[in-house]
Amino acid sequence: MIAALLLGTAALVALALAGTVTRGQGAALYATAALVTGLSALLALASLTSPPATLVLPLGLPWLGWHFRLDALSAFFLFVVDLGAASASVFAIGYGRHEAEPTRLLPFYPLFIAALQLVVLADDAFSFLFAWELMSLASWALVLVHHRDRESIRAGYVYLLMAVLSGFALLLCFGLLAGAAGSYGFDAMRLAHPAPGLAALALLLALLGTGAKAGLVPVHAWLPLAHPAAPSHVSALMSGVMTKVAVYAFLRIAFDLLPIPPDWLGLVVLALGAITAVLGVLYALMQHDLKRLLAYHTVENIGIIFIGVGLAMVFRADAGEQAAAALALTAALFHVFNHSVFKSLLFFGAGSVDAATGTRDMERQGGLIHRMPRTAFFFLIGCAAISALPPLNGFASEWLTFQAILLGPGLPEWGPKIVIPVAGALLALAAALAAACFVKAFGITFLGRPRSAEAAAAREADRFSVGAMGALAALCLLAGIFPAVVINALAPVARALIGTTMPAQGYVPWSVIIPVAAARSSYDGFAIFLLLAAVTALAIAGARRLATHAVRRAPAWDCGFPNPRPETQYTATSFAEPIRRVFGPAVFGAASAVRMPPPGSTAPARIRSALRDRIWDIFYAPVARFVDRLATSADRLQFLTIRRYLFFVFASLVALLLALALTQ
Amino acid sequence: MIGAIAIEALQMALVLLAAPGLVGIVRAVKARLQRREGPPLIQPYRQIARLLAKEVVLAENASWLFRTAPYLVLAFTWAAASVVPTFSTHLAFAPLGDLIVITALLGAARFLLALAGLDIGTSFGGIGASREVMFASLAEPAMLMIVVTLAIAAGSTELSSIAGFMLSPASGLRVSFALALVALGIVALAENGRIPVDNPATHLELTMVHEAMVLEYSGRHLAMIELAAALKLLLTLSIIACIFFPFGLDGPGPLVGLFAYAAKLGVAAILLGIFEVSIAKMRVFRVPELLGAGLMLGLLGTLLLYVSRGL
Repeated sequence: MIAALLLGTAALVALALAGTVTRGQGAALYATAALVTGLSALLALASLTSPPATLVLPLGLPWLGWHFRLDALSAFFLFVVDLGAASASVFAIGYGRHEAEPTRLLPFYPLFIAALQLVVLADDAFSFLFAWELMSLASWALVLVHHRDRESIRAGYVYLLMAVLSGFALLLCFGLLAGAAGSYGFDAMRLAHPAPGLAALALLLALLGTGAKAGLVPVHAWLPLAHPAAPSHVSALMSGVMTKVAVYAFLRIAFDLLPIPPDWLGLVVLALGAITAVLGVLYALMQHDLKRLLAYHTVENIGIIFIGVGLAMVFRADAGEQAAAALALTAALFHVFNHSVFKSLLFFGAGSVDAATGTRDMERQGGLIHRMPRTAFFFLIGCAAISALPPLNGFASEWLTFQAILLGPGLPEWGPKIVIPVAGALLALAAALAAACFVKAFGITFLGRPRSAEAAAAREADRFSVGAMGALAALCLLAGIFPAVVINALAPVARALIGTTMPAQGYVPWSVIIPVAAARSSYDGFAIFLLLAAVTALAIAGARRLATHAVRRAPAWDCGFPNPRPETQYTATSFAEPIRRVFGPAVFGAASAVRMPPPGSTAPARIRSALRDRIWDIFYAPVARFVDRLATSADRLQFLTIRRYLFFVFASLVALLLALALTQ
Repeated sequence: MIGAIAIEALQMALVLLAAPGLVGIVRAVKARLQRREGPPLIQPYRQIARLLAKEVVLAENASWLFRTAPYLVLAFTWAAASVVPTFSTHLAFAPLGDLIVITALLGAARFLLALAGLDIGTSFGGIGASREVMFASLAEPAMLMIVVTLAIAAGSTELSSIAGFMLSPASGLRVSFALALVALGIVALAENGRIPVDNPATHLELTMVHEAMVLEYSGRHLAMIELAAALKLLLTLSIIACIFFPFGLDGPGPLVGLFAYAAKLGVAAILLGIFEVSIAKMRVFRVPELLGAGLMLGLLGTLLLYVSRGL
C-alpha cells in the first residue's frame, strides 16, 4: 500500500519535470495530477483501518535512509491532502486557462502536492524536514507566479521569512527530541523519555513551528498575504490542505512522539486557538478582497481546530477523561476534513469570480447570482457550511467541539474549569461572526446590482470548474447529514493517538450522533435535513393552495425612492461598519472621522477610517526594528581591511577556546 | 412511539396556529395600556390571510434566492419549534437536536433573511441586514453561554432533560439561574426584534432593523415572513417557559400540559406587552452594550455555578 502511495508521489515529481517542458495551459498535466491524487485518495481511505506499515528507501542521509510510515493518522491526512489536490486539479483544468504565464506555475504545482504527501508519510526527522522545506519552497514559488505584482513580491518575502522561522523551530524541536543519542528516526523518539522540562520546550517549539505554517495568532501575519496572492487553485491547496498538514505535524509531535504533556500546555494551545478564532474572523470581516477574506477565515478555522486539539490535550492529561479526549480530538479532525472541503470550494468560487470579472475586490462585484448561477449556488453552500449552519458539515464538527467544551467543567482542576467555558464563549462568538462575515461575502459579491461594468458582463465559469465546486458542495452536504459515518471513520485515528475512541455512532437510529449519552445531547443531521425538506415542501404547498399565484415584476420599492445607481447599495465596508464600531476600537485601534462641508456648500462630506493590525504592531514591528538596527550597526563591519578581518577571526577563536577551557 | 408522533404532530400544528394569536395578545395588551381600543385579537390572522390573497410584487432584479428565502425561513423556524417541548416532553423529534441545534436553526433562518435583504440592492435592505447580523453576532454567543450554564447544572443540552432537571428538587434555587434567565430575556428581545432592541411596529425607515430587511417583500412571501416572525416569538417564549417554568410538562397527561402551556404563553405575552410599553427603544449602538451585558451575565452564571455548587 505504502509503496503504491509513494509511486504516486514519484509520478507527481515526474509530472513536475514534465511541467518544465510543457507548452500551453497544461490541461493534460492537471488531468493527470487529478487522476494520480484521486487514486491516492482512495488508497489512503482504504488504509485508514489497516495496521501501520513502514518502508525504508536508501535515499537521503547514507546512514539513515528515508523512512516512511503509513498509520491511521497519516492515512487520514493523506486523504485530506489528496482530496484537496484532486479537486484543485480538476478545477484547474478549466481555470488554468486564465493564467497568463503557465510556465511559472506548472512545474511547481505537482511538486507542491508531492511535498505535501511526503510530509505526512515521513517517519524520520530528516525526511520530514526535507519534505517540509520542499513544501515551503514549492508554495513560495507558487505565491510568486504573479511576480510583477508588488503585493505578490511582499507576500512572498514575508512568507519566506515565516517559513524559515517555522523550519528553524521544528529543527530545534526535533533536535531536542532526538536527545543526546542523536537518533532522528521517529521510532526512537517514541521510545525515548525526555525530561519534562525538555518535553515541554519541544512541544512549545513544535507549536511555534507548526503554528507558523497553520496560521496561529500571532504568527499568522504572512497567511492573509500569501494565500490570496497565488492562483486560486493553489490558494485552495494552501488554505485547505497545507494548513492541515501543519496541524498533522503538531498532532504527530504532541500526541505520538512526545509523552503525555501536562494539562497547562493543553490550556496554552486551547487559549491560542480561541484567540486565533476570534481575531481571524474579526480581521476577515474588515476585508473587501474576497480571497483575503477567505484567507483570514482560514486563520479562524485553524483556531477552531486548535481549540479541539487543546481540549484533547487537557483531557488526555487526566487519566479519567480519555473518552472526552477522544471526543475533542475527533471533533478537531472532523473540522480538519470539513474545512479542507469548504475552504477549497470557496477559493474555487472566488477564483471563478476573479476570472469572470478580473478583480477580487468585492466593492466592484454584485449581482453575479444572475450571470453565474451555478457558481453562486455552490458558493452559497460553502458559505452556509463555513458559517456552521445545519444541516451542513461545518455545523456538525462545531457542534461536536462544543460538546467537548461542555465536558470541561467535569475536570477537577480549577484552571481548565475556568478557561474552557471562556474558550467556549470565544468559539461561539467566532461562529456567530463567521455567519455575519459570509452574509457579507455572498451578499455583496453575488447579490444586489452590479457595481462595475465587468461584473455586469460576467460569464459563468467553465464546466470543469463548476464540476469541481459541485462535487465539493455535495461533500459538504453529505458529511453534514451523515456525520456518524465520518466520526466512525475517524475512530482508528483516535485509537492510535488517545488509546480510546468515541462511542461508535449511528446504530439506533442509524443517522443520529450521540457523543456521550442520549439524555445528554444528540444531533441527527439526516432527520433534520428530511424535516427541513418536508416542512419547506409543506410551506410551499400551503402557499400554493391558499394564496394567489399572481406575480408582478416592478421597480424596487425602497420606501418610494428607488435610486437606480449602484452606488446607493450597501458596500462591503458599510456592511461591516456596525461590527467595526463595536469591536474596532479595542481590537484594531480603529478610528474614523467625518468631515462635513461648511453649511451651504454642496461639496460632499468625507469619511476617513483607518484600521491597524495590532498584532503587527506588537509582535512584528519591534522585531523588524531590532533587526534593522542590528543590520545598520553591523554595516560598519562591511568595509574593513583584510588585516582587521583576520584579527576578528583570531579574537573569536581565542574567545571560544577560553570559553571551552573555563567550562570544562 | 405512536403517542409521541401524535403529540409531535399536534405540537407542530398548534405552534403554527397559535403564533399569530400570541402576537395579537401582545398588541392588545400594549393598546390597552396606551388607552387605545386596539385591533381585535384575530387581526394578525386576518393580516396573513389578506397578504396571501394579494399578488406578489417582485423587484425587477430579484433572484431565486429572494423568492425561496421566505419558505426556507419559515421551514427553519418551524423545524426548530418542532424540537422544543411546549406542553409535553414526549416528542418524537426530540432526539433530532439539542438547544445548540435549535439556536443554529434560528441562525440559519436569519442568515437566509439577511441575504434576501441584500438581494435587491437597496440601501434599506443593506442597513437592515447589516444591523441584524451585528445584533446576532452578540446574541448568539450569549445564548450559548446560557446553554453552557444549563448544561453544567443539568448535565445535558437536551431541552427535555433540562426541563426534567429543573422539575427535580436537585435544581434548587441558584443565583446562576437568575442570571441565566435575565440573559435569556435579553437574547429573546434581541432575537425577536422587540423594544428596546428594535420596534416591530415602526415604519420610520431609519429606526427599522428587521422591517428594513424585509422591506421589499409583499404578498404571500411577506405572509411567510410574518408567520415565521410570530412563530419565532412563540418559540423563544416556549424555550424560556420550558427551561425556567417547566410546570405541567411531565404532568399527568397532555391535557394538563396544554392548559399549563396556554397559561404560560398568556402570562408571557402580557408581561412582554407591559415591558414594551414601559421602556423606550434604544439607539442602535447602545444595543451591543445590552447584548454584551447578556453575554457577560451568561459567563458570570457559569462561573458562579462552580462557587454555588452544593448550595
